[in-house]
Formats: sequence, structure tokens, C-alpha cells
Amino acid sequence: MAFLSHLISGISLGSVYAIIALGYTMVYGIAKMLNFAHGDVIMVGGYVSFFAASAWGLHPVLGLLLAITVCTVLGVAIERFAYKPLRQAASLAVLITAIGVSYFLQNAAQILWSSNPKVFSSIVGNTNFPMLDGRITVSLIALATVGACIVIMILLTWFTGKTRMGKAMRACSEDKAAAQLMGISVDFVISVTFAVGSALAAVAGVLLCSMYPTLTPTTGAMPGIKAFTAAVFGGIGSIPGAMLGGILLGIIEIMGKAYISTQLSDAIVFAVLIIVLLLKPFGLLGRHVTEKV
Amino acid sequence: MRALSNQKLRKSLYAYAIVIIGYAVIQVLANGGGLSSAFEGQLVPICAYVVMALSLNLTVGVMGDLSLGHAGFMSVGAFSGAVACIALENMIPVPALRLTASIAVGAVCAGCAGVIIGIPVLRLKGDYLAIVTLAFGEIIKNIITCFYVGQDNRGLRFGFLTSINDLNLGDGARTIIDGPMGLRSVPKLSSFTAGFILILVTLAIILNLVNSRSGRAIMALRDNRIAAESVGIPAAKYKLMAFVTSAALAGAAGTLYVLNFSTTVASKFNFNTSILILLFVVLGGLGNMWGSIVAAALLTVLPEMLRQFNNYRMLVYAIVLILVMLATNNSSVRTLVGKMKEAAALVFKKRGTGR
Repeated sequence: MAFLSHLISGISLGSVYAIIALGYTMVYGIAKMLNFAHGDVIMVGGYVSFFAASAWGLHPVLGLLLAITVCTVLGVAIERFAYKPLRQAASLAVLITAIGVSYFLQNAAQILWSSNPKVFSSIVGNTNFPMLDGRITVSLIALATVGACIVIMILLTWFTGKTRMGKAMRACSEDKAAAQLMGISVDFVISVTFAVGSALAAVAGVLLCSMYPTLTPTTGAMPGIKAFTAAVFGGIGSIPGAMLGGILLGIIEIMGKAYISTQLSDAIVFAVLIIVLLLKPFGLLGRHVTEKV
Repeated sequence: MRALSNQKLRKSLYAYAIVIIGYAVIQVLANGGGLSSAFEGQLVPICAYVVMALSLNLTVGVMGDLSLGHAGFMSVGAFSGAVACIALENMIPVPALRLTASIAVGAVCAGCAGVIIGIPVLRLKGDYLAIVTLAFGEIIKNIITCFYVGQDNRGLRFGFLTSINDLNLGDGARTIIDGPMGLRSVPKLSSFTAGFILILVTLAIILNLVNSRSGRAIMALRDNRIAAESVGIPAAKYKLMAFVTSAALAGAAGTLYVLNFSTTVASKFNFNTSILILLFVVLGGLGNMWGSIVAAALLTVLPEMLRQFNNYRMLVYAIVLILVMLATNNSSVRTLVGKMKEAAALVFKKRGTGR
């Protein structure tokens, strides 16, 4: 029974990682850059939702919508002012700029909201459901997280597979120059990608803070790194890959904590990642690109 | 060809000159009392970061592989070097010799970690390689926080995932590494002069490697791996050589760094530290050794100089960083710099013919 409850908490933590990883993987697939500031957008989402609930007394759903709006605007603004001028620059220059944006967001948050941890109250309350004759309990937030993850997954698959915008995105990720020649506005597609990624980050932020209710300016950093590994784990650039990678990473982390060692849980997560990458160098669902001379 | 080698020589000389002039200026200022105590406290960390930047530049700039876990090697060097330093206390009483021995132990341990990590990592490419180095950096940090090392009259005692009490230390007990609490009561052996010598040694090692047959092979692999392999350059051997050298130098820097503070925790050498060092390398210019030295020194001092901005200093630092990246990659700024360089070259040439 303990195993089952660990599995459930693993899946719900993994769902948060998956939602963050989707943002990473979409941006990587289209803009070919590692957006290190993504983790800090999560933190901003958490704070907006926190203040919406505690200071302005808004309904949690309104707070979530507000967080999504703020993060979307923030993501598009970051792309416009920090990354767009570097479209032709070396990838390392873009990486360093992303790190600069990450420092900026963390320090701005520290000045605006101080580094004292804020206690976040869960957006769905602290309801627990007894299951299997009360032998295990499942919290509502765990169910909500898994549900949100599934809904997001279905919407994203539909969006990239069926809509015109999704088709344009896939074209851009294949070949930007050819897409431009076909009349696709690559800049607009990249902006939309950042908007979607940041909106997902806001959702992830609210869910993450509902699960682990302390909120500090560096809240987003570690989940950001882990979600990034999850995206690579599943094969970066692949949407189902990010999903699978995120959920597996969450399960491994919780199982490692429960059965092997609490102190070594991070080492276990990263060791599994290394083993997977050595056996499958392009991730679980990544495409193998053959090199032509 | 001759012009090319002259240019290389000039760049190497720049690097040595910057280090020696910097050392001389700071020594003069320190003797004249012109340095604030806060700045003097920064001198050894600056030296350690310069060595870190130089060694990472070997991996990122010369070998062309992005490494996001360089602080992990620093950590291995720091902890093994500090343990060696305490263990050798009675055997080598002369501080300078003990410091040298500790740095050597730190470098060897980090080099061994480099071999263990390098063999699997270097099979991967690009972003996958970067993420695996990140993962190794986090694993090293996590494992070191679980180590317990103590010393008593019978010698060193090691423990893993236990606690310091489980080591059953006898008479003359002394805690060296206390798990998550990190290193305890480390003797302060590092000095600015030691840091200066370590920088010179590092520069000599890296510049010799870069300008050797092996160095040319490493750069050929960076520029076009397939072409280089097809003319018979063994990729695995040369890449591992560069990676292990880089790791060993980072370990030496770690020992130098840690012997400057009486206590250090393992989480000091986290992902953010790796990123900070990468920042020095990228801002200094990939493959440009004197650039790394200047960037590491300036960016370590910059947060101190921004102290007047108080709480805003890290924010200002972030904004400066973004603006520098945007400016250096802006085409109009680039042409302006290019024109200025041309003008400067013209002035120099005139002087040259005038003589």
C-alpha cells in the first residue's frame, strides 16, 4: 500500500515536472535555445497567484488566470527584449543572456517581495480522499495536478497537430529558413511559443506551490533544472517525450526518497538520467539525426 | 603561417603580462595600504576563479564542448585537498610545502573524477553532453554532502550516509567533514602569492597544451569532428586529455579556494557556481585566455564595487550582463569596434615605420 501511495505522489510531482518540461521542450524545439529563465517564470507565477489570493482576496481560479496572463506577457516581453536581438548570435551568447534574465527575475523578486518565505495556501484547499477502504489517501491537489497535466497534454497535441499555428510551429522547428520562404512569420511563431511556454510555467508554478507551500525568489530554480533534465530525458524537442520524462523523473525521485535514501534522492535522479542518455543518446523519444558529411 | 604563430605568441604573452602586472600592482597597493580589507579578502577567491575560468576555457573554448558541471571538480579538489592538508599537518610542517602537496592531492583527485566522468560524457554531443555534465555536478555535490571524515590519534576515519558520532572517534578527535555542515576548522594556508603562482602554472600548462600537437588535434576535432577523425585523429583520446587536464586544474583551484576559509559547505559548489564560471569564459571570449583572466577578476570584484547600490547590486549586475551580451552581439556596435580597431592598428603601424 505504501508503494501505491508513493507511486501516486510520484506521478503528481512528475506531472508538475512534465508541465514545466513542456515549456522547455517547445522553446528548444522552435527557438533552439535553452531558456534558463523558465524556472524563474514559474516563481513569478507562484507569487502572482499568492498575492491574488492573500492580498486582493481573489477567487483561486481568477488568481490562476491572472498568473497565466502575467507570465504570458512576461515571457513574450523577455523574448522580445532579451532574446530576439540575439537571433543570429552564437548559442552560447543566448545561453548567457538567458542566465542574465534568470538572475534579473530572481533579484527583482527579492527586492519586490523580499526573500522571506511566503506560505502559499493550496488553490483547491487541503481536501483528502480516502481510497481502497481508507488504506491510502489521495490529496485533491495531486488529482488536480495529474488532471491538469493530462488536459494540457491533449490540448497541446491538438494545437501542434491540427491548427494552422501548430503547423507553422512544426515547420519552424524543421527548418526556419524554408518556413520563412513559405510565408510563415518566424518571429511571430517564436513569440507564440514563448507565450504558450510561459503560460504553462504559470500553471506549473501554482500547482507546485500548492504541493510544496513555501514560496521564495529561488523556488523555481531547482524544479526548473529538474524539468530541464526531464525534457532531455524524454528527448528534447519532443512533446510526448517531455511528458514521459517528467512523470518518470517524478516517480524516480519519490521512489528514491522512499526506498533508497532521502539525502541521495537528487543523485539518484541524475544518475538515472545519465544511464538513459548513455544507452539512448537522444533521450527516450528523441529523434536520431544522422550526420551527413 | 609565421604571422599566425606570432599572433599566438603575442596572445600568450598578453596573458602572462596581465597576470604579472596585476600581481605587481596589487602588491604595491597592498604595501601602500591602498586596498580595502574587503578587497584583500577577495584576492584568493579571485585567483581561484581565474584558474577555474582558464580551465573551463580549455573545455568550452578549446575543446568546444559546453560543460555545466565544472564546480563539481572544484568541489572534489576542495574537499580532498582540505582533508589532505589536515592529514599531512604533522608530516609536513612547512606551510608552503603543505599547501603545494594539498593542491597536488586536490588536482589528482579531481583528475580521477575527470577520467570517471569524461569516459561516458565525451561520447555524447552538444546539449546532451551539457546536461550530463550538469547531472554529474549535482551528483558530486549530493554525494559530498553525505560524507563524514574525522581524525583521531589512530588516523583518518571515513563514513558515508551515517553521522559524525558513528565514526567512533577516539583520543584527539577532530571533525574534518561533517556531512551537510561541510568542512570544519580548515587551516588558512592560501595566500595571494600562492594564487598568483597557481595562475602562472595553469597558464603554462594550458598554453603549452594548446600550442602543441595534441592541442592542434583537439582544435581540429572542435572545428570538424568528422574531418579530423577521417585523417586519423583519435577523438576519444584527445578529448579525454583536454577534459582531464581541465578537471585537474579545477581541483587545484578548489583546494586553493577552500584553504582560504575555515569552513566551507558542499552546496557552495552548486550549479550557480558552474554557471558563474561559464559566464567568465563566455564574456572573456571563447578560447581567449587573457580574456578569461580579465573577466573572472572583474566580475568577481564587480558585485563589491556595486555595493553602493545596496540591495539593487545583483539586479544591476544582471542588467549589466544582459546589456553587455546584447551590445557585443549587435552588428552596429561590432562595426564600430572594428573601425576603432582598424584606426588603432593604423596608428601603431605609423609608429612602427617612424622608428
